[in-house]
Amino acid sequence: MAGGKTGAWSMLAVVLFAAAFAGCSRGNKGAGGADKSIIQIKGSDTMVHLASSWAEEFMKENKGVQTAVTGGGSGTGIAALINGTTDICASSRDIKPEEIEQAKAKGVEPKEFTVARDGIAIVINPQSPIEDLTTEQLRQIYTGEATNWNQVGGPDAKITVLSRESSSGTYVFFQEHVLDKQDYAASVRLMPATSGIIQSVSQDEWAVGYVGLGYAEQAGGKVKVLRVDGVEANEANVLDGSYPIARPLHLYTNGEPQGNVKKFVDFCLGEKGQAIVREQGYVTLK
Amino acid sequence: MTANKRGKRRWGEKAVQVLLTGAASTCILIVVLIFLFNAKEAAPFAAEPGLGALAAQRWSPVSFQEQVFGLLPLVTGSLLVTILATIIAVPFGVCGAVYLSEIAADPERAFFKPFIELLAGIPSVVIGFFGLIVIAPRLKSLFGLNSGLVALTGAIVLALMAVPTIVTISEDAIRSVPESYKQASLALGASRVQTIWKVIVPAALSGIVAAVMLGIGRVVGETMAVMMVTGNAALVTLSPFESVRTMTATIAGEMGEVAFGSAHYRALFWVGIVLLLFTFVLNIAAQRVLAKYRMFRA
Repeated sequence: MAGGKTGAWSMLAVVLFAAAFAGCSRGNKGAGGADKSIIQIKGSDTMVHLASSWAEEFMKENKGVQTAVTGGGSGTGIAALINGTTDICASSRDIKPEEIEQAKAKGVEPKEFTVARDGIAIVINPQSPIEDLTTEQLRQIYTGEATNWNQVGGPDAKITVLSRESSSGTYVFFQEHVLDKQDYAASVRLMPATSGIIQSVSQDEWAVGYVGLGYAEQAGGKVKVLRVDGVEANEANVLDGSYPIARPLHLYTNGEPQGNVKKFVDFCLGEKGQAIVREQGYVTLK
Repeated sequence: MTANKRGKRRWGEKAVQVLLTGAASTCILIVVLIFLFNAKEAAPFAAEPGLGALAAQRWSPVSFQEQVFGLLPLVTGSLLVTILATIIAVPFGVCGAVYLSEIAADPERAFFKPFIELLAGIPSVVIGFFGLIVIAPRLKSLFGLNSGLVALTGAIVLALMAVPTIVTISEDAIRSVPESYKQASLALGASRVQTIWKVIVPAALSGIVAAVMLGIGRVVGETMAVMMVTGNAALVTLSPFESVRTMTATIAGEMGEVAFGSAHYRALFWVGIVLLLFTFVLNIAAQRVLAKYRMFRA
Protein backbone atom coordinates (compact mmCIF):
# COMPACT_ATOMS: atom_id res chain seq x y z
CA MET A 1 0.00 0.00 0.00
CA ALA A 2 2.65 2.48 1.11
CA GLY A 3 4.88 1.50 -1.81
CA GLY A 4 2.05 1.95 -4.27
CA LYS A 5 1.32 5.39 -2.92
CA THR A 6 4.88 6.60 -3.22
CA GLY A 7 4.80 5.31 -6.76
CA ALA A 8 1.68 7.31 -7.47
CA TRP A 9 3.20 10.49 -6.13
CA SER A 10 6.46 10.20 -8.00
CA MET A 11 4.51 9.37 -11.14
CA LEU A 12 2.41 12.44 -10.54
CA ALA A 13 5.49 14.59 -10.19
CA VAL A 14 6.92 13.26 -13.44
CA VAL A 15 3.65 13.85 -15.21
CA LEU A 16 3.32 17.40 -13.93
CA PHE A 17 6.85 18.10 -15.00
CA ALA A 18 6.23 16.69 -18.46
CA ALA A 19 2.97 18.58 -18.73
CA ALA A 20 4.66 21.84 -17.84
CA PHE A 21 7.06 21.40 -20.74
CA ALA A 22 4.68 19.91 -23.23
CA GLY A 23 2.16 22.62 -22.43
CA CYS A 24 4.47 25.13 -24.03
CA SER A 25 4.34 23.57 -27.45
CA ARG A 26 0.87 22.06 -27.66
CA GLY A 27 -2.14 24.29 -27.38
CA ASN A 28 -5.60 23.25 -26.25
CA LYS A 29 -7.56 21.77 -29.08
CA GLY A 30 -11.20 22.74 -28.93
CA ALA A 31 -13.94 21.74 -26.53
CA GLY A 32 -14.07 18.14 -25.38
CA GLY A 33 -10.42 17.65 -26.31
CA ALA A 34 -10.60 15.58 -29.48
CA ASP A 35 -7.00 14.39 -29.78
CA LYS A 36 -5.36 15.52 -26.62
CA SER A 37 -2.30 13.69 -25.45
CA ILE A 38 -2.32 15.54 -22.13
CA ILE A 39 -5.40 15.51 -19.93
CA GLN A 40 -5.68 18.08 -17.18
CA ILE A 41 -7.74 17.09 -14.13
CA LYS A 42 -8.30 19.75 -11.52
CA GLY A 43 -10.51 20.27 -8.50
CA SER A 44 -11.53 18.63 -5.26
CA ASP A 45 -8.86 17.99 -2.65
CA THR A 46 -10.99 15.11 -1.40
CA MET A 47 -10.59 13.42 -4.76
CA VAL A 48 -6.90 14.11 -5.34
CA HIS A 49 -5.69 10.68 -4.17
CA LEU A 50 -8.41 8.98 -6.17
CA ALA A 51 -7.79 10.96 -9.34
CA SER A 52 -4.03 10.42 -9.25
CA SER A 53 -4.51 6.67 -8.80
CA TRP A 54 -6.86 6.64 -11.76
CA ALA A 55 -4.36 8.67 -13.75
CA GLU A 56 -1.53 6.29 -12.91
CA GLU A 57 -3.45 3.18 -14.02
CA PHE A 58 -4.88 4.95 -17.04
CA MET A 59 -1.43 5.94 -18.27
CA LYS A 60 -0.21 2.35 -17.92
CA GLU A 61 -2.98 1.24 -20.26
CA ASN A 62 -2.74 4.15 -22.67
CA LYS A 63 0.85 4.81 -23.56
CA GLY A 64 1.39 8.21 -25.04
CA VAL A 65 -1.42 9.84 -23.09
CA GLN A 66 -0.43 11.88 -20.09
CA THR A 67 -2.58 13.08 -17.25
CA ALA A 68 -1.89 15.87 -14.80
CA VAL A 69 -3.84 15.98 -11.54
CA THR A 70 -4.06 19.06 -9.34
CA GLY A 71 -6.17 19.85 -6.28
CA GLY A 72 -7.22 23.22 -4.89
CA GLY A 73 -10.87 22.62 -4.06
CA SER A 74 -14.00 21.84 -6.03
CA GLY A 75 -14.75 25.51 -6.64
CA THR A 76 -11.27 26.03 -8.05
CA GLY A 77 -11.79 23.09 -10.40
CA ILE A 78 -15.17 24.33 -11.61
CA ALA A 79 -13.72 27.81 -12.18
CA ALA A 80 -10.91 26.21 -14.19
CA LEU A 81 -13.43 24.29 -16.31
CA ILE A 82 -15.34 27.50 -16.98
CA ASN A 83 -12.14 29.34 -17.91
CA GLY A 84 -11.01 26.48 -20.14
CA THR A 85 -7.83 25.75 -18.18
CA THR A 86 -8.73 22.15 -17.38
CA ASP A 87 -10.21 19.28 -19.38
CA ILE A 88 -11.84 17.51 -16.48
CA CYS A 89 -13.00 19.01 -13.22
CA ALA A 90 -13.19 16.76 -10.16
CA SER A 91 -15.84 18.03 -7.77
CA SER A 92 -17.10 16.78 -4.42
CA ARG A 93 -20.24 18.92 -4.69
CA ASP A 94 -22.87 19.53 -7.34
CA ILE A 95 -22.23 22.42 -9.68
CA LYS A 96 -24.26 25.50 -8.64
CA PRO A 97 -26.87 27.05 -10.94
CA GLU A 98 -24.86 30.31 -11.02
CA GLU A 99 -21.82 28.38 -12.17
CA ILE A 100 -23.77 26.72 -14.96
CA GLU A 101 -24.92 30.16 -16.08
CA GLN A 102 -21.37 31.51 -16.05
CA ALA A 103 -20.16 28.48 -17.98
CA LYS A 104 -22.84 28.96 -20.63
CA ALA A 105 -21.88 32.62 -20.95
CA LYS A 106 -18.39 31.46 -21.85
CA GLY A 107 -19.61 28.75 -24.21
CA VAL A 108 -18.85 25.90 -21.84
CA GLU A 109 -21.44 23.12 -21.33
CA PRO A 110 -20.62 21.30 -18.09
CA LYS A 111 -21.52 17.61 -18.30
CA GLU A 112 -21.73 15.65 -15.07
CA PHE A 113 -20.47 12.10 -14.44
CA THR A 114 -20.97 10.66 -10.96
CA VAL A 115 -17.97 8.40 -10.44
CA ALA A 116 -18.05 7.44 -6.76
CA ARG A 117 -19.65 8.11 -3.42
CA ASP A 118 -17.89 9.42 -0.35
CA GLY A 119 -18.82 9.41 3.30
CA ILE A 120 -17.69 12.34 5.42
CA ALA A 121 -16.08 11.04 8.57
CA ILE A 122 -16.25 12.97 11.85
CA VAL A 123 -12.83 12.66 13.43
CA ILE A 124 -11.65 13.29 16.97
CA ASN A 125 -8.55 12.60 18.99
CA PRO A 126 -8.05 8.90 19.86
CA GLN A 127 -7.82 9.82 23.57
CA SER A 128 -11.27 11.37 23.67
CA PRO A 129 -13.97 9.24 25.30
CA ILE A 130 -16.64 10.31 22.79
CA GLU A 131 -17.77 7.53 20.43
CA ASP A 132 -21.00 8.75 18.96
CA LEU A 133 -22.67 12.03 17.94
CA THR A 134 -25.98 12.73 16.27
CA THR A 135 -26.29 15.02 13.25
CA GLU A 136 -28.26 17.40 15.52
CA GLN A 137 -25.36 17.51 17.98
CA LEU A 138 -22.95 18.14 15.10
CA ARG A 139 -25.13 21.01 13.97
CA GLN A 140 -25.05 22.47 17.48
CA ILE A 141 -21.27 22.13 17.65
CA TYR A 142 -20.61 23.72 14.27
CA THR A 143 -23.11 26.56 14.66
CA GLY A 144 -21.75 27.41 18.10
CA GLU A 145 -24.83 26.41 20.11
CA ALA A 146 -22.74 23.82 21.89
CA THR A 147 -19.26 24.94 22.90
CA ASN A 148 -18.50 22.40 25.61
CA TRP A 149 -18.32 18.62 25.27
CA ASN A 150 -20.61 18.26 28.31
CA GLN A 151 -23.45 19.75 26.24
CA VAL A 152 -23.27 16.77 23.88
CA GLY A 153 -22.78 14.01 26.43
CA GLY A 154 -19.04 14.29 27.02
CA PRO A 155 -16.76 15.50 29.80
CA ASP A 156 -16.40 19.16 30.79
CA ALA A 157 -13.98 20.53 28.17
CA LYS A 158 -14.17 23.24 25.56
CA ILE A 159 -14.64 22.01 22.00
CA THR A 160 -12.09 23.04 19.38
CA VAL A 161 -14.11 22.98 16.18
CA LEU A 162 -12.23 22.45 12.91
CA SER A 163 -13.54 22.86 9.39
CA ARG A 164 -12.14 23.16 5.89
CA GLU A 165 -11.75 26.56 4.20
CA SER A 166 -14.82 27.95 2.49
CA SER A 167 -13.30 27.09 -0.92
CA SER A 168 -13.78 23.40 -0.12
CA GLY A 169 -16.68 21.40 -1.55
CA THR A 170 -16.84 19.55 1.74
CA TYR A 171 -17.43 22.86 3.57
CA VAL A 172 -20.46 23.66 1.48
CA PHE A 173 -21.81 20.11 1.58
CA PHE A 174 -21.46 19.99 5.36
CA GLN A 175 -23.13 23.38 5.71
CA GLU A 176 -26.06 22.31 3.58
CA HIS A 177 -26.66 18.82 4.95
CA VAL A 178 -25.41 18.86 8.55
CA LEU A 179 -25.76 22.51 9.54
CA ASP A 180 -29.15 22.58 7.88
CA LYS A 181 -28.02 25.60 5.81
CA GLN A 182 -27.20 27.64 8.91
CA ASP A 183 -23.95 29.60 9.21
CA TYR A 184 -20.82 28.18 10.77
CA ALA A 185 -19.95 29.85 14.08
CA ALA A 186 -17.25 32.53 13.79
CA SER A 187 -15.07 30.58 16.22
CA VAL A 188 -14.82 27.57 13.90
CA ARG A 189 -11.21 27.22 12.76
CA LEU A 190 -10.90 26.99 8.99
CA MET A 191 -7.99 24.82 7.90
CA PRO A 192 -6.49 25.32 4.44
CA ALA A 193 -6.05 21.56 3.89
CA THR A 194 -7.46 18.23 5.04
CA SER A 195 -4.02 17.25 6.29
CA GLY A 196 -4.18 20.26 8.63
CA ILE A 197 -7.38 18.91 10.18
CA ILE A 198 -5.86 15.46 10.73
CA GLN A 199 -2.72 17.05 12.17
CA SER A 200 -4.64 19.28 14.60
CA VAL A 201 -7.05 16.58 15.69
CA SER A 202 -4.17 14.22 16.39
CA GLN A 203 -2.55 16.86 18.62
CA ASP A 204 -5.59 18.23 20.40
CA GLU A 205 -7.62 15.87 22.58
CA TRP A 206 -10.74 18.08 22.50
CA ALA A 207 -10.85 18.88 18.79
CA VAL A 208 -13.42 17.68 16.30
CA GLY A 209 -13.16 17.90 12.52
CA TYR A 210 -14.55 16.40 9.33
CA VAL A 211 -12.66 14.77 6.47
CA GLY A 212 -13.45 12.46 3.56
CA LEU A 213 -13.87 8.84 4.65
CA GLY A 214 -11.03 7.71 2.37
CA TYR A 215 -8.73 10.26 3.94
CA ALA A 216 -9.70 9.25 7.47
CA GLU A 217 -8.94 5.59 6.73
CA GLN A 218 -5.52 6.49 5.40
CA ALA A 219 -4.77 8.53 8.50
CA GLY A 220 -5.00 5.26 10.45
CA GLY A 221 -4.60 5.47 14.22
CA LYS A 222 -3.85 9.20 14.32
CA VAL A 223 -7.55 10.01 14.61
CA LYS A 224 -10.71 8.28 15.78
CA VAL A 225 -13.74 8.15 13.50
CA LEU A 226 -17.06 8.70 15.29
CA ARG A 227 -20.36 6.98 14.70
CA VAL A 228 -23.01 9.40 13.49
CA ASP A 229 -26.61 8.77 14.59
CA GLY A 230 -25.29 5.44 15.86
CA VAL A 231 -24.13 4.34 12.41
CA GLU A 232 -20.52 3.47 11.84
CA ALA A 233 -18.79 5.33 9.00
CA ASN A 234 -17.80 2.58 6.61
CA GLU A 235 -18.24 1.58 3.00
CA ALA A 236 -21.23 -0.69 3.49
CA ASN A 237 -23.18 1.92 5.42
CA VAL A 238 -22.45 4.66 2.89
CA LEU A 239 -23.53 2.34 0.08
CA ASP A 240 -26.84 1.33 1.64
CA GLY A 241 -27.53 4.93 2.64
CA SER A 242 -27.71 4.35 6.39
CA TYR A 243 -24.69 6.57 7.12
CA PRO A 244 -26.17 10.07 7.12
CA ILE A 245 -23.29 12.21 5.83
CA ALA A 246 -22.49 10.91 2.36
CA ARG A 247 -22.32 12.56 -1.02
CA PRO A 248 -21.64 11.77 -4.64
CA LEU A 249 -18.29 12.62 -6.25
CA HIS A 250 -18.39 13.95 -9.79
CA LEU A 251 -16.26 14.55 -12.82
CA TYR A 252 -17.32 17.43 -15.07
CA THR A 253 -16.28 17.85 -18.69
CA ASN A 254 -17.00 20.55 -21.23
CA GLY A 255 -19.75 19.06 -23.38
CA GLU A 256 -19.82 15.39 -24.36
CA PRO A 257 -16.24 14.15 -23.81
CA GLN A 258 -14.31 12.97 -26.83
CA GLY A 259 -11.08 11.18 -27.63
CA ASN A 260 -8.77 10.60 -24.72
CA VAL A 261 -10.92 12.58 -22.29
CA LYS A 262 -13.80 10.21 -23.05
CA LYS A 263 -11.46 7.25 -22.63
CA PHE A 264 -10.47 8.54 -19.22
CA VAL A 265 -14.04 9.09 -18.03
CA ASP A 266 -15.03 5.64 -19.31
CA PHE A 267 -12.03 4.18 -17.53
CA CYS A 268 -13.10 5.73 -14.21
CA LEU A 269 -16.65 4.42 -14.59
CA GLY A 270 -15.44 1.01 -15.76
CA GLU A 271 -14.52 -2.06 -13.75
CA LYS A 272 -10.88 -1.11 -13.18
CA GLY A 273 -11.70 2.46 -12.26
CA GLN A 274 -14.30 1.34 -9.75
CA ALA A 275 -11.85 -1.16 -8.27
CA ILE A 276 -9.52 1.78 -7.61
CA VAL A 277 -12.40 3.65 -5.98
CA ARG A 278 -12.76 0.75 -3.53
CA GLU A 279 -9.00 0.53 -2.97
CA GLN A 280 -8.83 4.21 -2.08
CA GLY A 281 -11.51 3.86 0.59
CA TYR A 282 -14.37 5.43 -1.33
CA VAL A 283 -17.62 3.76 -2.18
CA THR A 284 -18.44 2.46 -5.64
CA LEU A 285 -21.64 3.31 -7.42
CA LYS A 286 -23.11 -0.20 -7.29
CA MET B 1 32.43 71.33 -35.42
CA THR B 2 32.58 71.73 -31.68
CA ALA B 3 29.04 73.02 -31.68
CA ASN B 4 27.93 69.94 -33.60
CA LYS B 5 29.72 67.66 -31.16
CA ARG B 6 28.20 69.45 -28.21
CA GLY B 7 24.76 69.08 -29.77
CA LYS B 8 25.29 65.37 -30.21
CA ARG B 9 26.39 64.98 -26.63
CA ARG B 10 23.34 66.91 -25.45
CA TRP B 11 21.11 64.51 -27.36
CA GLY B 12 22.91 61.52 -25.93
CA GLU B 13 22.56 62.87 -22.43
CA LYS B 14 18.90 63.54 -22.94
CA ALA B 15 18.30 60.01 -24.19
CA VAL B 16 20.00 58.53 -21.16
CA GLN B 17 18.09 60.85 -18.87
CA VAL B 18 14.77 59.86 -20.41
CA LEU B 19 15.70 56.20 -20.12
CA LEU B 20 16.59 56.53 -16.46
CA THR B 21 13.51 58.57 -15.66
CA GLY B 22 11.44 55.93 -17.43
CA ALA B 23 13.02 53.14 -15.41
CA ALA B 24 12.38 55.00 -12.17
CA SER B 25 8.78 55.82 -13.12
CA THR B 26 8.01 52.16 -13.84
CA CYS B 27 7.76 51.54 -10.11
CA ILE B 28 5.33 54.41 -9.68
CA LEU B 29 3.36 53.23 -12.69
CA ILE B 30 3.07 49.71 -11.28
CA VAL B 31 1.91 50.98 -7.89
CA VAL B 32 -0.66 53.21 -9.56
CA LEU B 33 -1.85 50.35 -11.77
CA ILE B 34 -2.25 48.04 -8.79
CA PHE B 35 -4.31 50.68 -7.01
CA LEU B 36 -6.43 51.26 -10.11
CA PHE B 37 -7.00 47.56 -10.72
CA ASN B 38 -8.00 47.01 -7.10
CA ALA B 39 -10.31 49.99 -7.18
CA LYS B 40 -11.87 48.90 -10.48
CA GLU B 41 -12.67 45.40 -9.22
CA ALA B 42 -13.86 46.65 -5.85
CA ALA B 43 -15.93 49.62 -7.04
CA PRO B 44 -19.22 47.87 -7.99
CA PHE B 45 -19.50 46.72 -4.38
CA ALA B 46 -20.33 50.31 -3.42
CA ALA B 47 -23.53 50.13 -5.47
CA GLU B 48 -24.55 46.61 -4.49
CA PRO B 49 -24.62 45.69 -1.59
CA GLY B 50 -23.17 49.07 -0.55
CA LEU B 51 -20.12 50.06 1.45
CA GLY B 52 -22.05 49.91 4.72
CA ALA B 53 -21.90 46.11 4.39
CA LEU B 54 -18.16 46.25 5.09
CA ALA B 55 -18.82 47.72 8.52
CA ALA B 56 -20.64 44.60 9.76
CA GLN B 57 -19.23 42.76 12.74
CA ARG B 58 -18.84 39.34 11.06
CA TRP B 59 -17.11 37.86 8.05
CA SER B 60 -19.35 35.11 6.72
CA PRO B 61 -19.12 35.12 2.91
CA VAL B 62 -20.34 31.56 2.21
CA SER B 63 -23.81 31.19 3.59
CA PHE B 64 -27.24 29.85 2.73
CA GLN B 65 -28.80 32.54 4.93
CA GLU B 66 -27.16 35.88 4.32
CA GLN B 67 -23.67 36.75 3.17
CA VAL B 68 -21.93 39.10 5.61
CA PHE B 69 -18.78 40.94 4.60
CA GLY B 70 -17.72 42.75 7.79
CA LEU B 71 -14.02 43.56 7.63
CA LEU B 72 -13.64 44.13 11.38
CA PRO B 73 -12.53 40.58 12.33
CA LEU B 74 -10.00 40.48 9.49
CA VAL B 75 -8.51 43.88 10.35
CA THR B 76 -8.25 43.12 14.06
CA GLY B 77 -6.80 39.71 13.18
CA SER B 78 -4.05 41.21 11.03
CA LEU B 79 -3.36 43.94 13.59
CA LEU B 80 -3.14 41.54 16.50
CA VAL B 81 -0.75 39.15 14.76
CA THR B 82 1.40 42.01 13.44
CA ILE B 83 1.70 43.79 16.79
CA LEU B 84 2.54 40.59 18.65
CA ALA B 85 5.11 39.61 16.02
CA THR B 86 6.72 43.05 16.25
CA ILE B 87 6.89 42.87 20.04
CA ILE B 88 8.66 39.53 19.75
CA ALA B 89 10.92 40.31 16.81
CA VAL B 90 12.24 43.79 17.66
CA PRO B 91 14.19 42.96 20.86
CA PHE B 92 15.70 39.88 19.25
CA GLY B 93 16.49 41.67 16.02
CA VAL B 94 18.03 44.80 17.54
CA CYS B 95 19.99 42.96 20.23
CA GLY B 96 21.23 40.52 17.60
CA ALA B 97 22.38 43.39 15.41
CA VAL B 98 24.16 45.10 18.33
CA TYR B 99 25.87 41.84 19.20
CA LEU B 100 26.98 41.17 15.65
CA SER B 101 28.27 44.66 14.98
CA GLU B 102 29.72 45.69 18.34
CA ILE B 103 30.40 42.70 20.54
CA ALA B 104 31.03 39.62 18.41
CA ALA B 105 34.60 38.86 17.40
CA ASP B 106 35.22 38.27 13.72
CA PRO B 107 35.07 34.46 13.87
CA GLU B 108 31.81 34.60 15.84
CA ARG B 109 30.31 36.95 13.30
CA ALA B 110 31.49 34.73 10.46
CA PHE B 111 29.71 31.86 12.21
CA PHE B 112 26.38 33.60 12.97
CA LYS B 113 25.89 35.72 9.88
CA PRO B 114 25.31 32.89 7.34
CA PHE B 115 22.74 31.26 9.63
CA ILE B 116 20.76 34.47 9.96
CA GLU B 117 20.84 34.94 6.22
CA LEU B 118 19.76 31.33 5.77
CA LEU B 119 16.76 31.95 8.02
CA ALA B 120 15.74 34.79 5.70
CA GLY B 121 15.85 32.42 2.75
CA ILE B 122 13.59 29.68 4.15
CA PRO B 123 10.30 29.56 2.21
CA SER B 124 7.35 30.71 4.29
CA VAL B 125 5.44 27.47 3.76
CA VAL B 126 8.30 25.56 5.38
CA ILE B 127 8.31 27.92 8.36
CA GLY B 128 4.53 27.52 8.53
CA PHE B 129 4.89 23.75 8.59
CA PHE B 130 7.45 24.07 11.37
CA GLY B 131 4.96 26.25 13.26
CA LEU B 132 2.16 23.73 12.81
CA ILE B 133 4.16 20.68 13.87
CA VAL B 134 6.61 22.11 16.41
CA ILE B 135 5.48 25.46 17.82
CA ALA B 136 1.71 24.95 18.03
CA PRO B 137 1.78 21.78 20.21
CA ARG B 138 4.40 23.29 22.51
CA LEU B 139 2.48 26.53 23.01
CA LYS B 140 -0.63 24.48 23.66
CA SER B 141 0.98 22.53 26.51
CA LEU B 142 2.98 25.53 27.80
CA PHE B 143 -0.09 27.73 28.28
CA GLY B 144 -2.57 24.90 28.81
CA LEU B 145 -4.58 25.91 25.77
CA ASN B 146 -7.29 23.97 24.05
CA SER B 147 -5.58 24.31 20.69
CA GLY B 148 -2.22 25.59 19.52
CA LEU B 149 -3.70 27.27 16.46
CA VAL B 150 -3.85 30.78 17.91
CA ALA B 151 -2.68 34.30 17.12
CA LEU B 152 0.45 33.90 19.25
CA THR B 153 1.64 30.91 17.19
CA GLY B 154 1.21 33.02 14.06
CA ALA B 155 3.10 35.88 15.69
CA ILE B 156 6.04 33.66 16.64
CA VAL B 157 6.24 32.21 13.15
CA LEU B 158 6.13 35.69 11.64
CA ALA B 159 8.72 36.99 14.10
CA LEU B 160 11.03 34.23 12.85
CA MET B 161 10.64 35.68 9.38
CA ALA B 162 11.07 39.31 10.41
CA VAL B 163 14.16 38.84 12.60
CA PRO B 164 16.65 38.29 9.74
CA THR B 165 15.44 41.46 7.99
CA ILE B 166 15.73 43.49 11.19
CA VAL B 167 19.14 42.08 12.10
CA THR B 168 20.72 42.53 8.68
CA ILE B 169 19.58 46.10 8.09
CA SER B 170 20.11 47.25 11.70
CA GLU B 171 23.60 45.82 11.63
CA ASP B 172 24.45 47.85 8.54
CA ALA B 173 23.08 50.96 10.22
CA ILE B 174 25.05 50.38 13.42
CA ARG B 175 28.23 49.73 11.46
CA SER B 176 27.89 52.96 9.56
CA VAL B 177 27.97 55.02 12.77
CA PRO B 178 31.31 56.88 12.57
CA GLU B 179 34.08 55.32 14.63
CA SER B 180 34.81 58.77 16.14
CA TYR B 181 31.50 58.68 18.10
CA LYS B 182 32.58 55.52 19.84
CA GLN B 183 36.09 56.81 20.48
CA ALA B 184 34.78 60.08 21.91
CA SER B 185 32.33 58.27 24.17
CA LEU B 186 34.95 55.87 25.51
CA ALA B 187 37.43 58.74 25.95
CA LEU B 188 34.90 60.57 28.10
CA GLY B 189 34.85 57.61 30.41
CA ALA B 190 31.67 55.89 29.32
CA SER B 191 31.63 52.10 29.66
CA ARG B 192 31.19 49.85 26.64
CA VAL B 193 27.55 49.15 27.48
CA GLN B 194 26.86 52.87 27.97
CA THR B 195 28.56 53.63 24.68
CA ILE B 196 26.44 51.07 22.85
CA TRP B 197 23.04 52.05 24.26
CA LYS B 198 23.54 55.79 24.77
CA VAL B 199 25.65 56.68 21.74
CA ILE B 200 25.82 54.10 18.99
CA VAL B 201 22.24 52.82 18.96
CA PRO B 202 20.70 56.32 19.07
CA ALA B 203 23.03 57.40 16.26
CA ALA B 204 21.90 54.43 14.17
CA LEU B 205 18.24 54.84 15.11
CA SER B 206 17.05 55.94 11.68
CA GLY B 207 18.47 52.78 10.15
CA ILE B 208 17.04 50.64 12.94
CA VAL B 209 13.58 52.16 12.52
CA ALA B 210 13.79 51.48 8.79
CA ALA B 211 14.80 47.90 9.55
CA VAL B 212 11.85 47.42 11.91
CA MET B 213 9.45 48.93 9.40
CA LEU B 214 10.70 46.60 6.69
CA GLY B 215 10.33 43.71 9.10
CA ILE B 216 6.75 44.73 9.88
CA GLY B 217 6.12 45.06 6.16
CA ARG B 218 7.06 41.44 5.70
CA VAL B 219 4.85 40.44 8.63
CA VAL B 220 1.75 42.28 7.40
CA GLY B 221 1.98 40.84 3.91
CA GLU B 222 2.92 37.29 4.86
CA THR B 223 0.23 34.79 3.94
CA MET B 224 1.09 31.14 3.80
CA ALA B 225 2.76 30.63 7.16
CA VAL B 226 0.12 32.59 9.03
CA MET B 227 -2.68 30.76 7.23
CA MET B 228 -1.29 27.43 8.38
CA VAL B 229 -1.00 28.21 12.08
CA THR B 230 -3.57 30.80 13.19
CA GLY B 231 -6.66 28.62 12.75
CA ASN B 232 -8.35 31.23 10.51
CA ALA B 233 -11.47 31.68 12.62
CA ALA B 234 -12.87 35.15 11.90
CA LEU B 235 -13.16 36.25 15.54
CA VAL B 236 -12.97 39.82 16.80
CA THR B 237 -10.50 39.46 19.63
CA LEU B 238 -7.45 41.02 21.24
CA SER B 239 -6.37 37.86 23.01
CA PRO B 240 -3.18 36.21 21.78
CA PHE B 241 -4.70 32.86 22.74
CA GLU B 242 -7.65 33.00 20.36
CA SER B 243 -7.73 31.99 16.72
CA VAL B 244 -7.69 34.88 14.23
CA ARG B 245 -8.16 35.25 10.48
CA THR B 246 -5.81 37.72 8.79
CA MET B 247 -6.61 39.73 5.68
CA THR B 248 -3.93 37.97 3.67
CA ALA B 249 -5.15 34.49 4.63
CA THR B 250 -8.71 35.48 3.72
CA ILE B 251 -7.72 36.59 0.23
CA ALA B 252 -5.55 33.53 -0.34
CA GLY B 253 -8.08 31.10 1.05
CA GLU B 254 -11.14 32.40 -0.73
CA MET B 255 -10.03 33.95 -4.00
CA GLY B 256 -9.59 30.55 -5.64
CA GLU B 257 -13.18 29.51 -5.09
CA VAL B 258 -15.10 32.73 -5.41
CA ALA B 259 -17.45 33.24 -8.37
CA PHE B 260 -16.02 35.91 -10.67
CA GLY B 261 -17.83 39.25 -10.32
CA SER B 262 -19.90 38.22 -7.28
CA ALA B 263 -20.29 40.38 -4.17
CA HIS B 264 -17.90 38.05 -2.37
CA TYR B 265 -15.29 38.59 -5.12
CA ARG B 266 -15.66 42.38 -4.83
CA ALA B 267 -15.47 42.18 -1.04
CA LEU B 268 -12.12 40.37 -1.32
CA PHE B 269 -10.81 43.28 -3.35
CA TRP B 270 -11.93 45.60 -0.56
CA VAL B 271 -9.88 43.48 1.79
CA GLY B 272 -6.97 44.03 -0.60
CA ILE B 273 -7.52 47.78 -0.58
CA VAL B 274 -7.57 47.90 3.21
CA LEU B 275 -4.37 45.85 3.25
CA LEU B 276 -2.76 48.30 0.82
CA LEU B 277 -3.82 51.26 2.95
CA PHE B 278 -2.40 49.45 5.96
CA THR B 279 1.07 49.24 4.43
CA PHE B 280 0.70 52.76 3.06
CA VAL B 281 0.03 54.22 6.51
CA LEU B 282 2.85 52.14 7.91
CA ASN B 283 5.28 53.62 5.41
CA ILE B 284 4.14 57.17 6.02
CA ALA B 285 4.49 56.64 9.76
CA ALA B 286 8.02 55.36 9.22
CA GLN B 287 8.90 58.44 7.17
CA ARG B 288 7.53 60.70 9.88
CA VAL B 289 9.59 59.00 12.56
CA LEU B 290 12.67 59.31 10.41
CA ALA B 291 12.06 62.98 9.63
CA LYS B 292 11.52 63.82 13.30
CA TYR B 293 14.65 61.98 14.29
CA ARG B 294 16.76 63.75 11.67
CA MET B 295 15.46 67.08 12.92
CA PHE B 296 16.71 66.30 16.42
CA ARG B 297 20.10 65.34 15.12
CA ALA B 298 20.43 68.58 13.20
